[in-house]
Amino acid sequence: MRKNYILDLLKNDERLDGRKLDEYREIEIEVNPVSKAEGSARVRIGKTDVIIGTKMDFGTPFPDTPNEGTIKSEAEFMPIASEDFESGPPGEDAIELARVVDRAIRESQCLDLKSLCITPGEKVWSISLDTIILNHDGNLIDAATIGAMVALLNSKIPELEDDKIVRDKHSGKLPVSSKAVNVTVCKFEDKFILDPTREEEEVFDTKMCIGVRDDGKVVSIQKMGPGSLKDSEIYDMIDIAIKKSKNLFKLVGKDGKKDI
Amino acid sequence: MGKTEQKMIANGKRLDGRGPLDLREIEMKVGVIPNANGSSYVRFGKTAVIAGVYGPRPLFPRFLRESDTGILKVRYNMIPFSVDDRKRPGPSRRETEISKVIRMAFEGNLFLKNYPQTGVNLYLEVIEADGSTRVTSINAASLALADAGVPMRDFVVGLSGGKIDGTLILDLNGLEDNNSDADMPMAVLPTKKEVTLLQMDGRMNPEELKDLIKHVIDASGAIYEKQAEALRKKYIE
Repeated sequence: MRKNYILDLLKNDERLDGRKLDEYREIEIEVNPVSKAEGSARVRIGKTDVIIGTKMDFGTPFPDTPNEGTIKSEAEFMPIASEDFESGPPGEDAIELARVVDRAIRESQCLDLKSLCITPGEKVWSISLDTIILNHDGNLIDAATIGAMVALLNSKIPELEDDKIVRDKHSGKLPVSSKAVNVTVCKFEDKFILDPTREEEEVFDTKMCIGVRDDGKVVSIQKMGPGSLKDSEIYDMIDIAIKKSKNLFKLVGKDGKKDI
Repeated sequence: MGKTEQKMIANGKRLDGRGPLDLREIEMKVGVIPNANGSSYVRFGKTAVIAGVYGPRPLFPRFLRESDTGILKVRYNMIPFSVDDRKRPGPSRRETEISKVIRMAFEGNLFLKNYPQTGVNLYLEVIEADGSTRVTSINAASLALADAGVPMRDFVVGLSGGKIDGTLILDLNGLEDNNSDADMPMAVLPTKKEVTLLQMDGRMNPEELKDLIKHVIDASGAIYEKQAEALRKKYIE
């Protein structure tokens, strides 16, 4: 069985595609591939392919933050991306992905939400961040978070004329002051594996998705999968994620290919 | 229960008088829903949860059955008047995600392979929410599963940690949750000292984060003792 083969290779720190355990596949980032979006990004990690876009509209602020714009994140696992995905409202995996991406962005406080206030307590800019999976070959959350960050960094705010949104004119870029990425660390016995393919994800099903800001602070964590983790393993996984995030930050905001 | 400019810790005490690592008053009862195979009520301060377990029982619809394992289904739900602004009935995105992570906190801890073709339904109803509802639900879930006689490798203890005004704290209430620099719900297997749920949002450097994880694991033993006591009480009385 394929699963046993993956585990046999792992004993010698080897993987099906020849990568090291902590090595990502090639990451390719395309900036603003969709001109109708306020900002967009297409991210490929190996055969995983996601596209993320932002749209800005009028919204009402939350009662406890009347001077702040809002951001909401949604994800669609479209049937085009995998034989396992079906049409219909988002399932729990899509909801979890959207919320884990949202948390890394939100908790990093990278976006100055106060600058998105139009009329305090009444009208603010509301940013929608939508993640579309085009091809699923594992590690969707890392890809989606890179895409979200690149899309936000390259988003333009539409102009307001007589209180109406004019989509083809812009009044400046979204104020993004820092960056955040998610690094998913899989654990199997005493090994840690980064950037799993879809096949590997089925075998290494216990993992932590760790959100890191570019100053090295941890901003979010989501333990996933049914296994359990010792405290020392969690500490190692946090250190691995912080270390690897530095490579990812070099890519975010740039257009082009790079191996990390 | 929103954001406040008030200092959350003064003279080493939290606004409700607790020290940083103190837990709120805890109440645990087993066997509160007569129709369920197992049930419990758990309260941490003003956060209260009722848990009910049905199963293992034949799973319907039939196509969901697995020939080599039983299936755990979890519903975490906040009742409409459990919060300040009425919560609309029906699963929110937040509740869907929490139901999933709670399922993951238990799935590996149950012997589901011994119950092929069946389903275990775990229902978690948050009656009143004042912070830390998912971890309170986890404590209630452990008791209800034990009450239903579902074999477990270990108990599962839920406890939240956080950082507020630069201080590491345990068992956040609602006001603290809304004003914290970080909050971190965890589920711990208290005898194995292993972690089955870990979520965090906030901003922490790795050293603080590791300290906080350690505090939560260390404090889980006391909650486990209260769970064991609540179970014993049902069967002795």
